[in-house]
Amino acid sequence: MTATPMTKAIGRAIKRREDPKLITGGGNFLDDIKLAGMLHAAVLRSPYAHAKITKIDTSRALAHPGVVAVFTGEDMLDINPLPCAWQAASGRVQNNINTPRALAVGTVRHVGDPVALVVAEDRYIARDALDLIDVDYEPLPVVVDAKKATEPGAPQLHENAPNNIVFEWDCGDKAKTDQAIASAEVVVKEEIVNQRLIPTPMETRGAIARYDPATEEFTLWTTSQAPHVMRLLLTAFVFGIPEPKLRVISPNVGGGFGQKIFCYNDMAFTLWAARKLGRPVKFVEDRSENYKYSTHGRDHITEVELAGTRDGKITGLRVKTYANLGAYISTIAPGIPTTLYGRIATGVYKIPAAYCHVTGVYTNTAMVDAYRGAGRPEASYLIERMVDRFAAEIGMDPAEVRRKNFIQPEDFPYDNGLGLLPYDSGNYEAALNKALELVGYAELRKEQEQARQQGRYIGIGLSSYVEICGVAPSAWIGLPGEGWGAGLWESANVRVHLTGKVVVTTGSLPHGQGLETTFAQIVADELGVPYEDVVVEHSDTAGTPFGYGTYGSRSAAVGGTAIYKSVAKIKEKAKRIAAHMLEANPDDIVFENGRAFVKGSPDQGKTLAEIALQASVGYSLPEGMEPFLDETTYYDPPNCTFPFGTHVAVVEVDPDTGAVELKRYVAVDDCGNVINPLIVDGQIHGGIAQGIAQALYERAVYDENGQLLTGTLNDYAVPAAHMLPSFELARTVTPSPVNPLGVKGAGEAGTIASAQAVMNAVIDALAPFGVKHLQMPATAENVWRAIHGQS
Amino acid sequence: MSTVNVTVNGRKYTSEVEPRTLLVHYLREHLNLTGTHIGCDTSQCGACVVLVNGESVKSCTMLAVQADGAEITTIEGLAKDGQLHPLQEGFWECHGLQCGFCTPGMIMAAYDLLQQNPNPTDEEVRHGLEGNLCRCTGYHNIVRAVQYAAAKMRGEDVSHLTAGGQTSEMVSTGN
Repeated sequence: MTATPMTKAIGRAIKRREDPKLITGGGNFLDDIKLAGMLHAAVLRSPYAHAKITKIDTSRALAHPGVVAVFTGEDMLDINPLPCAWQAASGRVQNNINTPRALAVGTVRHVGDPVALVVAEDRYIARDALDLIDVDYEPLPVVVDAKKATEPGAPQLHENAPNNIVFEWDCGDKAKTDQAIASAEVVVKEEIVNQRLIPTPMETRGAIARYDPATEEFTLWTTSQAPHVMRLLLTAFVFGIPEPKLRVISPNVGGGFGQKIFCYNDMAFTLWAARKLGRPVKFVEDRSENYKYSTHGRDHITEVELAGTRDGKITGLRVKTYANLGAYISTIAPGIPTTLYGRIATGVYKIPAAYCHVTGVYTNTAMVDAYRGAGRPEASYLIERMVDRFAAEIGMDPAEVRRKNFIQPEDFPYDNGLGLLPYDSGNYEAALNKALELVGYAELRKEQEQARQQGRYIGIGLSSYVEICGVAPSAWIGLPGEGWGAGLWESANVRVHLTGKVVVTTGSLPHGQGLETTFAQIVADELGVPYEDVVVEHSDTAGTPFGYGTYGSRSAAVGGTAIYKSVAKIKEKAKRIAAHMLEANPDDIVFENGRAFVKGSPDQGKTLAEIALQASVGYSLPEGMEPFLDETTYYDPPNCTFPFGTHVAVVEVDPDTGAVELKRYVAVDDCGNVINPLIVDGQIHGGIAQGIAQALYERAVYDENGQLLTGTLNDYAVPAAHMLPSFELARTVTPSPVNPLGVKGAGEAGTIASAQAVMNAVIDALAPFGVKHLQMPATAENVWRAIHGQS
Repeated sequence: MSTVNVTVNGRKYTSEVEPRTLLVHYLREHLNLTGTHIGCDTSQCGACVVLVNGESVKSCTMLAVQADGAEITTIEGLAKDGQLHPLQEGFWECHGLQCGFCTPGMIMAAYDLLQQNPNPTDEEVRHGLEGNLCRCTGYHNIVRAVQYAAAKMRGEDVSHLTAGGQTSEMVSTGN
C-alpha cells in the first residue's frame, strides 16, 4: 500500500462547521441559558456624569413582590475593585490607575455608573424595582473632552490623578524629530480627531453565576473573549480565592470586537450575589446599558506634524495625542494608545525621525479600551491622512508619495525606531500596484478630472497600512517591556483517541471567526487525517489548557501555531511507536498523509489509527514510553506578525447637499498564508464595514453635561445593508517568517485600513473647494459645512 | 394574566402571560424558542424578526397577547423534515454569518423579502434588509446568501454560488 496524497485542507474555502446550529436557531448564547432556580439582576445606573451619592434608600424596592434582594456598593466592599492588567510601560512610566468596583461607592463618575443591584424572580420585576430605589445625588462639575480635562481648573475625577492624567508616555527620538521638522522644506500640520466609537457587538454583554456552597465552587457563564484570563483576574484579584474555585465558560459569543475581552463589574456582582443568595444569578445588558457602560473605542485628539522635501520624501513625524480613557481604567486600556498606537505611528514608511507623545486622560465618560484594531486604526488613520495632506501640499500624486517612502522588501526585518519589534516581512508596493490596477487608478484620475469640469466631485482615496498581529512575545509585551501584566503565549492540546479521532483543545476561542473550522484544517493537513475527524474544543476553563484568548488578530498566528506544534509532537511519538510495531529504526520512519512508514518502503507502514490504537491500549510500546497520543504546547511567538495592504475608496460628493456616495471599495490585503479564504474574506469584509462606518456614520457623542446623546441604536449610526457597498477584494501573499504556518492574521486588517481610505477619498473630492482636512464622520452636514468654509 | 393561543412552527400553544409580555420574551422564556434573539431595546436591530401570519415582524415591538390566534414561524421552524430552507443553505454556503447572533432575524426578514420579490437586485436585497443590523459581515456575503436562496427558490442552478465560488483569488485573477 502506498501513501495516497490527500486533498489539502489548508487554503480551501471550506464552509464553516460552526454554522448548522447557528442557522437553525440552535445556538447557545448567554441569554439562552436557564438554570434551575435562577434569579435575574438589574442595575440602577447613575443619570449624572459626576456626582456624590449622599443617600440610597432601597426599602421600597425590597418590599416589591418578587424582589429577592437589593444591594449597593457598600454591601460589596468585601471584594476588590476590578484589576488593571496592562499599565503603559509600567516601571518606566507612572500610571495613575483607578479601576471600577462592582458597584460605585460614594461617587459616580459617568452616566451609567452602577449604583445599585436588584435581584428578583424575573427580569420584568427586577426592572420594575429599579424605579423604587431612591438615590440622592449631589452633582459635581463635569468634563468629557480629553484635552480640556488636562487644563488648569478642570473638574478632577480622582485624587491620585492630578489634572486627570493617567500617564504620559512617549516613544521615538524627540531631539532628532524636532530638528527634522525645524529644518524641513515642507511641514504639514493638523489637529486630527479620531472620534469615540461604540463597538456594538450584536449580542450585548452579560454573566450568569452559580455557587455551590458544599464545594465553595463558582461557575460563571459570560460573554468573554478570554475566559481563562477572566478566571485569573476574578479569583486572584477581585475575590481573593483559589483559582480552581472558579470555572468560566464562554457560550456562543455574539461578536466581540474587543469589547468582550475585559473584566467587567457584572462578572463580579453576579458571582457575589450568587454566593450571597445561594441561587444562580443572571445579568444581561440591554443595548442602552451596553452603550452607557461597556467599553468604547478610539477617542483621540492629536496634533500632528509631518515634514518632507518638495520632491516627496518624508523626513519627520511628530505626534502629540490626548487619549480619552473614560472615568476609570478598563482592563488593558493603557496599552492601547501606547504600545499598539505610538509604536507603529510611521506605518509603512521609512521615516528617519519620528516621535510620539501620548497623554492618557480621565473624563466623565464610559471607559475606553480596545475596539477592533485597538490603537492601530488610530495610528494608520493619522499617518495615511497626513501622507495625503503632504501629497496635496507638494502637488504630487498620493500613490507616488507612498511609493517614494515605502519600506522596501529588502529592508525586512525592519526596525521602525519606535520601540516596536521588527516588522517581519512585506512587499508594500506590490499590494499598492495590485489595488491601483484593480480599481483602474489612471482611468479614474482622468474620469475625476472630466467630472470636475461638469461640476461633479469624485474622490479617490488610498490607504496603505501595516498592523501588528499575532500578539505577542511575552518578554517584549510583558512586565519587563510594554507593561502587559502576564504572558501572551497561547496553548493547545492535541489528542488522538483510540478510534483515531482527534480532539484539539485550545485557549483560543471563536466569536465569529470560525476557528473550529480553520483549526481543524490545520490539524487535518499536518496530521494527515480527514478534516471531519478533528474536533476542536474551546471556551471552557474546565477541559482546556490555560490560554490568553482571542483578540489582536492572534488566534491563527499564535493559537494556530500552538496546535501545529502539538501535532508535530504527536507525529514524532507516532513515528517511534510505528518503528516499534514495524521493528524498524525510528530514524528510518517517515510520517506522511496520516501514515508512518519505513523510508523507501511505503508499503511497510502503519496508519495513524493503528498507531493510536496501539498507543491507547498500551499493550506494547517502546521501552519507557507512556501510553496515548496526547501532546500540549504553550507557544510563545518570537515576534508579532505584520499584515499589510492597500485599500482604495472611490466616492462622489453631492456639492448641494454634502451627501457622500461610496461608489467602490477595493481592498488588497496580505495576511500571509491563507488557511480558509472564505473566512479570511469574511473577516476583511466585516472589518472594512466598521472602518467605513467610522468614516461616514458613527460617532459617540457626549454633551457638556456628560449625557450620552447616542445612547441607543436609534441615535448611534451602525450601518445597515443599504448604507454599504459590495467590496472588491484581492490579496498578495507574503508568508510570515515568524511562524511555521506563515500566517499573519486577518481579524482587524479591514478596520485598520478603511476609515482613512474613505476619508482620503472624501477630502480628495473636496479639493476644488480648498478643503485640506475634515474630521470624521463625513456626514452630509459636515461635508456641506466644509464646502462652505464652516467647520 | 391573559390567555394567549398561538400556533408556533406548526404546534399549538395556550399560555397564561402577563399582558405586558413582549412576543420575543414569550417565545424565548415561555416556549424556550431561544433562536430568536434580542440585540437592542429600540426596535432597530432586527435580531428578533419572526413571521406572524407569514409577514416579518420584530417580535420586540409586539405584545404576546397581540399574537393571539396567530400562526408564528421562528428560525427553529424554517427547516422542514431535516432539510434546510434555501436561505439557511445560502447563509451557510456563502459565509453569510460569522457570530450568528443576527442570523435568525436576518434570515426571517429575508424570507419575507423573497416572498414579496422573488428576483431582487442586490440593491433591493440591501434595502429589503435595512431593518436588520449585522456587525460581523459588512453585509457583502449576506447579499450573496439571499441571492443564492432566491436563485434556488426560482429553481435555478446555484452550484457557481457555493462556498469559495467568489473568494478574492477569483477577483485577482480576473475571473
